[in-house]
Amino acid sequence: MDLNTSHRFKRRALKFAHLVGLFLAMLVICLPGLWIVLSSLRPTVEIMAKPPVWIPQELSFDAYRAMFGGAGQGGIPVIDYFRNSLIISITSTIIALVVGTAGGYAFARYKFKGKSGIFLGFMLTRAVPGIALSLPLFMIFARLGIIDTHFAMILVYVALNVPFTIWLIDGFFRQVPKDLAEAAQIDGCTLWQAFWQVEFPLAGPGIASAGIFAFLTSWNEYALASQITRSVNSKTLPVGLLDYTSEFTIDWRGMCALAVVMIIPALTLTFIIQKHLVSGLTFGAVKG
Amino acid sequence: MAPVTLKKLVKRYGNVDVVHGIDLEVKDREFIALVGPSGCGKSTTLRMIAGLEDISDGVIEIGGKPVNDLPPRARNISMVFQSYALYPHMTVRENMGFSLKIGKVAQSEIDARVNEAAQILDLGKYMDRRPSQLSGGQRQRVAMGRAIVRQPDVFLFDEPLSNLDAKLRTQVRTEIKRLHNKVQSTMIYVTHDQVEAMTLSDRIVIMRDGYIEQVGTPDEVFKRPATRFVAGFIGSPPMNLNEASVADGKLIFEGGQSLPLPAEFRNKVAAGDKVIFGLRPDDIYPTGHGLNSGEATDVHELELPVSITEPLGNETLLFVTMAEREWVSRMLNPRAIAGGEVVKFSFDLSQAHLFSPETGKTLRS
Repeated sequence: MDLNTSHRFKRRALKFAHLVGLFLAMLVICLPGLWIVLSSLRPTVEIMAKPPVWIPQELSFDAYRAMFGGAGQGGIPVIDYFRNSLIISITSTIIALVVGTAGGYAFARYKFKGKSGIFLGFMLTRAVPGIALSLPLFMIFARLGIIDTHFAMILVYVALNVPFTIWLIDGFFRQVPKDLAEAAQIDGCTLWQAFWQVEFPLAGPGIASAGIFAFLTSWNEYALASQITRSVNSKTLPVGLLDYTSEFTIDWRGMCALAVVMIIPALTLTFIIQKHLVSGLTFGAVKG
Repeated sequence: MAPVTLKKLVKRYGNVDVVHGIDLEVKDREFIALVGPSGCGKSTTLRMIAGLEDISDGVIEIGGKPVNDLPPRARNISMVFQSYALYPHMTVRENMGFSLKIGKVAQSEIDARVNEAAQILDLGKYMDRRPSQLSGGQRQRVAMGRAIVRQPDVFLFDEPLSNLDAKLRTQVRTEIKRLHNKVQSTMIYVTHDQVEAMTLSDRIVIMRDGYIEQVGTPDEVFKRPATRFVAGFIGSPPMNLNEASVADGKLIFEGGQSLPLPAEFRNKVAAGDKVIFGLRPDDIYPTGHGLNSGEATDVHELELPVSITEPLGNETLLFVTMAEREWVSRMLNPRAIAGGEVVKFSFDLSQAHLFSPETGKTLRS
């Protein structure tokens, strides 16, 4: 075997090993998701079987039918939970983005007293585990009489997301060269116009990714929601999952079906926005 | 079309003054270059004229009216940035028409003006591209096009060529000059490159540490530098500047070598004075190989060893040692000279400059 052949062989072997490694990693990541989807379609007997039944014998959409069948038929008010989740997540995401964009821009562009202190403060709020706040929040919200309302949940999620969106969006505005806003001002823009015409479109992909993050955080959050929501008034989907547990049984199939229903909007949104996350949009603005 | 006047202009950051009350009058349609080393305040001054920096003290007038508190958009200026600052999310056409769109000009008028500018700058082929799809030189032209389209009173250039490679720089330089001839607007051009300043401008403002050292035509600042700094800054290779002391009609250098005191300065200095003696490389040449050979009036000859030669084809730079210093000499119509060779040099003292070592000012006037 000459040197060329042996090197070619080595390269192919490495590539093969690389692919196998990737496949195994993907398997670890995807299998639980796949298992949830499968479990939502199988009867409980099969789900609980030991040893596990790897190849499903019997698939049905019964769990989904029951879920949307409404309360009283063993179903759960999924539509209400879904609506609550949507209202709370979307509203809190929009507010977090507006505040995050304004704050991020200020941190990226302006000098002011205590800037680094405030920034550090924001980061430190993220260091507190959310669950540690649940009891104080519960007490305060109870006093205010806003337990079990959309408003309370939106408030919590905005507070949770704003430090992160500010931090993320600050980074994206920093990547937009200052010269561009100045050029826009010379071209006749007010500061407001320069922001909307030039800086915002360029930071747009970054703001969108901050949006995905904020939305997913609110959509998936369980710990705080489980304390502050009580009823169909404000229960979100993650809390709703718990409805499938009763004193003696857990309806695994139904729980998995609801989990699938939860995942779908999150996945869809991520896919839609991901298309706009074109990186390197600012390339070509400055320098050669 | 407007003159620009700076009156006692000051820029202060905290307690630190970076521009120290400068006065300058830029005439209507004049091309003026602000030149100086980094940190001399030239860019800050330009940005104050543009309205991008607050003015700490003093007045800026454009077209005879104070503009101190006007935002950039109200000053009717255009600016070409060092970084080009093209909007990456717009095509070349949109970039160039942006100011008019913001100004709510009719689309037909926008098209006409953008196309005209594109024609002047030969950008027709690239109108639908994004900045990222253009080369550095093309981006620079788009940036200029964007400035032209506004039809401003004053064009401001902030080191527009420093991101281009050497060859492109000379090309675009010529284009800027042609542009000035065509649009006949007042242009203020900031650069740290004295060659750009010399080649482009009607007058040059040489700045240093927030002060203006000299304002004059390229010829004036080259031939009659007001200070030692200007003498060393303008001209390439730079002027030979060395300390000497005056003694009975002679300049004595360190190490004892001497040159006659140039005629022009005989009444300006007294024996015992310390001076800075300046002579351009053009005025030190191997006898017979100089710019003014034949017509020079106050020539002194010395035999000196050559340490290094730098042939440039049509001329050769010679490094010669005199008075324990290295002096640069420019040899025209060069002949081959080996390192270490002793050559007879002509010093054209009619072109010499003397500066005060304390103030740095010329001793001429």
